[in-house]
Amino acid sequence: MKWARTLAVSLLALTAAACVLADVIAPASYTHQFRAEPDAAPSRQHLLGTDDLGRDRFSRLLYGTRVSLLLAPAAALLSSLLAALIGGTAGFRGGRVEKIVMSGTDLFLSLPWLFLLITVRALMPLNVSPIVSAAITFLLLGCLGWAAAARVVCADARSLRNSDFILLARASGSSGLRLLWRHMVPNLLPVLLAQFWISVPAFILTEANLGMLGLGVAEPLPSWGSLLREMQSYPSLAGNPWRFIPLLLFIVLVSCFQLVMVQEELPA
Amino acid sequence: MKQHRFRIILVVISLLGAITAFAQSGSELRFCLHSEPKTFNPLLAEDDSSETIRYLTGGVLIRVDRLTQNAIPELATAWKISNGGRTIIFKLRDGVRFSDTTPFSAEDVGYTVRQLMDPALHSPTADSFRSGEGAVEIQVLSRNRVAITFPAPIAGLDKLFDQVGIMSAKSPQKEMAVLGPYHVAEYKAGSYVLLQRNPNYWKHDGSGKQLPYIESIKLDIQQNRDTEILRLLRGELDFINSLDAEYFDKILSQDSSMAHDAGVSLDSEQMWFNQVASSPLPDYKKEWFRSTNFRRAISEAINRDDLARIVFHGHARPAVGPVSIANKFWFNSKLQPHPFDPTSALQRLSQDGFQLRDGVLRDRQGHGVEFSLITNSGNKYRERMATMIQQDLAGIGIKLNIVTLDFPSLIERITRSFNYEACLLGLVNNDLDPDSQMNIWLSSAENHQWNPNQKSPATNWEAEIDKLMRAQASTLDSRKRKTYFDQVQEIAWEQEPFIYLVNRNALSAVSPSVHNAHPVVLRPQVYWNIDQLVLGNEVARKH
Repeated sequence: MKWARTLAVSLLALTAAACVLADVIAPASYTHQFRAEPDAAPSRQHLLGTDDLGRDRFSRLLYGTRVSLLLAPAAALLSSLLAALIGGTAGFRGGRVEKIVMSGTDLFLSLPWLFLLITVRALMPLNVSPIVSAAITFLLLGCLGWAAAARVVCADARSLRNSDFILLARASGSSGLRLLWRHMVPNLLPVLLAQFWISVPAFILTEANLGMLGLGVAEPLPSWGSLLREMQSYPSLAGNPWRFIPLLLFIVLVSCFQLVMVQEELPA
Repeated sequence: MKQHRFRIILVVISLLGAITAFAQSGSELRFCLHSEPKTFNPLLAEDDSSETIRYLTGGVLIRVDRLTQNAIPELATAWKISNGGRTIIFKLRDGVRFSDTTPFSAEDVGYTVRQLMDPALHSPTADSFRSGEGAVEIQVLSRNRVAITFPAPIAGLDKLFDQVGIMSAKSPQKEMAVLGPYHVAEYKAGSYVLLQRNPNYWKHDGSGKQLPYIESIKLDIQQNRDTEILRLLRGELDFINSLDAEYFDKILSQDSSMAHDAGVSLDSEQMWFNQVASSPLPDYKKEWFRSTNFRRAISEAINRDDLARIVFHGHARPAVGPVSIANKFWFNSKLQPHPFDPTSALQRLSQDGFQLRDGVLRDRQGHGVEFSLITNSGNKYRERMATMIQQDLAGIGIKLNIVTLDFPSLIERITRSFNYEACLLGLVNNDLDPDSQMNIWLSSAENHQWNPNQKSPATNWEAEIDKLMRAQASTLDSRKRKTYFDQVQEIAWEQEPFIYLVNRNALSAVSPSVHNAHPVVLRPQVYWNIDQLVLGNEVARKH
């Protein structure tokens, strides 16, 4: 399976390079509307054709990938860190602290976040640049996405707390932060990594859905969410297979991440 | 043994197929409602589904002919408006019975109007009839003559009765007893509404055969438009009454005989700037938005032809003003759409002290011109229009931020908090008469969106519009009314409180098996002549 990992790493590196060099590679600005050729099929000038407004799809895919690959992992990192902090502390401390924190987490999970997000959008200032709107969206996702992961981390931390090697560490004088940092965190890392990778595609899809509430990445900035949202209607897809390319890239990249992660975990 | 089972399965599948085919054959018209009908009471119909059922089942005194846009007699054979537009006297058709055989008389008209005007009922149809303070007087003059007197004159009174389905005063079935071509036979919530031919329908064709031709109508409740299109293409539905441009083109490419573009409709898409004095906007922005030159410049910087061609795939037309060209009588033919002319736009802006420096338009005090445009999320056509306007305005150095909001938040901003700068929305117009636009053009009106509920008109041109709108509403002379409303259109064109963008076309799809269908621009586009429609397999039976 080494070849698969090499292929995955190469694809990820290639995509990252393409995104970083988007300004150089992209044949046109992602905002420019070629109004004489809306909905055009792939051609030499437009490798993936143009969208409904005549914007070059390839350029939008490059910039959209850049936005989503930068912000979705950042949001996933934030939510994983929050999950580690809240779930890890609750599991490590146990007893009343765990009960209180986990009850709070359950309450958090049961809140109707959709309405909160609508309220947040309603309260936000209107004159916000697209990149700020994108950052706010992913920041919100990061801040709200920790609860389910925290439960998993808490369960894992609880089982670690009662394990023999932790008892041994306690017996040999480790306590507090040292115990947490040297013994707990390294053993929680695989769970946290798994939660991180689960969150990345989930956040990208959530961003696409939030666009329906006006909370997603604002026009004209593209994101994977907005590119996937174009696939909502049957007429736009039928007979235009190239429109599936953002979805294909999304699946391939998430699979690559997954492959790299699994390969890294195996030796451990 | 296995072969035997396989044969049994094949036989069962064939039988099911045959049963389905049988069920779909016969004289049953099928089309979709996009939501659950909220009521079967014709006086309470407000949503599209309820209005569809009202149109198909309700008998009316006067019908607006969707083809000619003229009022034609239905249950009333004649009518006369008198008393300065306050009174209308109907002479009713004899020998008509409700679907449950209850006889129809002037008492039923009186009962319906009393119900309609009852404030406790909150009938949305009644709003058009509320002309002033005081009660409506109803006099049953004889079995087939009735006079209705309103407290104040109502312009275009006769055509308003197109929306009033007459109810029976005596029938134990109440609103389920109808005078229209069909009656509700079955309703399965979330699934379908089945309408059956009204056996007592009064209309007959030239050869004396009772109408309607089609035995029953099955209205499937189907929200998903993709599924609806696929079902039409598979032959499971007979028509789609209203389509958007994307779906229309899809059908056109698959079966051009089904696609019908009836031309420009009454519906418009427009944007406007917030001119409310108390809004929480900076003063310099309020000053921009109140300037006629600024609004005209924005209008001239928008390429309406591109909006119609790209966003609506050519199935729209640059809009001129408050009245669509589809409104044959009331449209002011002297007016033309504002041309796309960025140079002229910059000249207008320079008259107000704006200057384009390093690609950024700045006002006298040096503020960069930037504003947000809100529209409702989920409407891809408006989102696309906003994105195109964004690029057009960038051409004259204006930065436009597009904000899509859920509908309640948007309404909150444009009607209560007034915390917005510009808004892009559409107007669905069902009524031809300008009286229906009183709640938009009067400066004191709630829907005077750019600056609603004014105690006194904020500008001279708004005062002039108030005067003209009141004048057109208080006379019965249609030529005078037209003159007044033409002037309103001219002021609206000149001042552009609403920047009208495009008028969408009325698009529909009709299966070739439906005969006599002539889609029009007025609602309901396809089934306006429902009693004349014939299904393919009924043509032979009819002749």
